[in-house]
Amino acid sequence: MKALVWHGTTDIRCDSVPDPQIEHPRDAIIKVTSCAICGSDLHLYDHFMPGMKSGDIMGHETMGEVVEVGSESKGKLKVGDRVVIPFTIICGECDQCKRGNFSVCERTNRNGHIAAKAFGHATAGLFGYTHLTGGYAGGQAEYLRVPFADATHIKVPSTLSDEQLLFLSDIFPTGWQAAVQCDIEPTDTVAIWGAGPVGQMAIRSAILLGAKQVIAIDRVPERLDMARAGGAITINFDEESVIERLNELTNGKGPEKCIDAVGMEAHAAGTVDAMYDRVKQATMMETDRPHVLREMAYVCRPAGTLSVPGVYGGLLDKIPFGAIMNKGLTIRTGQTHVNRWTDDLLRRIEEGQIDPSFVITHTVGLDEGPDMYKIFRDKQDGCIKVVLKP
Amino acid sequence: MRYETERTRRRGHADTATDTLARGLGIFSIALGIAEIAAPRALARVLGMKGQEGLIAGYGVREIATGIGILASKDPTPWIWGRVAGDGLDLATLATALEGRNPKKGNVGIAMAAVAGVTALDVYCAQTLSRESPHPLPPMQDYSDRTGYPGGIERSHGAARDFEVPRDFRTPEAMRPYTQPEPPRHPQPSM
Repeated sequence: MKALVWHGTTDIRCDSVPDPQIEHPRDAIIKVTSCAICGSDLHLYDHFMPGMKSGDIMGHETMGEVVEVGSESKGKLKVGDRVVIPFTIICGECDQCKRGNFSVCERTNRNGHIAAKAFGHATAGLFGYTHLTGGYAGGQAEYLRVPFADATHIKVPSTLSDEQLLFLSDIFPTGWQAAVQCDIEPTDTVAIWGAGPVGQMAIRSAILLGAKQVIAIDRVPERLDMARAGGAITINFDEESVIERLNELTNGKGPEKCIDAVGMEAHAAGTVDAMYDRVKQATMMETDRPHVLREMAYVCRPAGTLSVPGVYGGLLDKIPFGAIMNKGLTIRTGQTHVNRWTDDLLRRIEEGQIDPSFVITHTVGLDEGPDMYKIFRDKQDGCIKVVLKP
Repeated sequence: MRYETERTRRRGHADTATDTLARGLGIFSIALGIAEIAAPRALARVLGMKGQEGLIAGYGVREIATGIGILASKDPTPWIWGRVAGDGLDLATLATALEGRNPKKGNVGIAMAAVAGVTALDVYCAQTLSRESPHPLPPMQDYSDRTGYPGGIERSHGAARDFEVPRDFRTPEAMRPYTQPEPPRHPQPSM
């Protein structure tokens, strides 16, 4: 089959690889009908996340049709089922899964001992996202082996298009969880750093949940345009001071809820801390560039909440914990517990409250995937979200 | 990377490789500057330029200032050209060390070759940035109709207020100061 394969920093190729096989009775194989490139794939593309090996298949936003089912998954899945595959692989049986904390499933990360060394404990297995999370093949391919398939799937109806459903795999529940972590009240101002795909979903989620005011911060004109379409007030951080503008929009009080939809690769040219991060990262003294976390802690209203869906990988420097502590801020973060939200979100799509396909700007075949990684990373051609059709 | 901004409607180039090179040169500039300020005596000794320690430290200040300019500015082009000028100054200064009976001429030659290599990179980077900056890029995509709300934003705003936030995601009551009623005032003690 064809698949997008990681070979090294900024080196992804569309290669011919062996078709996946059932390896365990709980597995299933799906024929991929649509998959997408996620912003967090760019951390692998640029090789900011450790744990990739040449030959790894990329991709964790995937949907398709079940073509083969292992003997222990047959009660839950059958050939022909149309499914979206959540990016977190879940067993559905461990203590964390029973609590709904699917992204920290205790059983699906087959390299849990490596993750435990890095993070203290293992987290869930993920598709196509380093050997720290299990080294599972990803879904930017013609076929995908789904481990623990009896639990790791979302059945979807035939009445909706792939484009409406695909993002249940990651970015829609991720933006939703970011907003839910804020426990939004009708009087809240929600400020969202980063108007990429997750930021766009967080904007819509905050609007659905009834925030009084939603503010999006970015510098890419097309992203700001799309954010305004979703109901956000926008701040271009290249043109104006984020802190001054946020204070102005909240009568000097600061936003009650702040969402970091940027993560480890913040671009903030011109600020002292951004330069500091660049130098430290270049000299391998820091893994992540946490400019957004610093700005959020500084500007958030006392007793407010910082919600962090943006991906961080390692060690962060100069976090203003004094501001966090003295202002009594709550920090909520984590990979997304996808299956915890998807029944509700699927209903909202069916009822027409939201149509996540608005975010798609490019649809191409798998063989054009490597070029699209570069275009997406460089934010060229108005690219915000790429869907691949194997 | 520079982008078109809504205020200026100017669109910058999209060649991230050149931007990455510029950032790299900025970091290199700062690192070299720190070395020149931290160890001017050692550098003067290696190059046979005793008595010029002050000049070397001064060049270090120049390197750091240029590096900060490259990393801090939205458009690093003039700062990279500034590096090219600085390279010329460095080469001219090193050339003076080739005169007379300097026993370290070999080291000076190596230093000049290294500076020449970096100069080539600086010139390439500055020329590429200068060439690309004024290029008009394709017009901005219009996403103003990409609302994501099939029934309109008014219908969707607050549509999920029926969502019951799970217990483990709720803000503790004590942390909900904004929408709670004013706490009763303590009765004033009678005089």
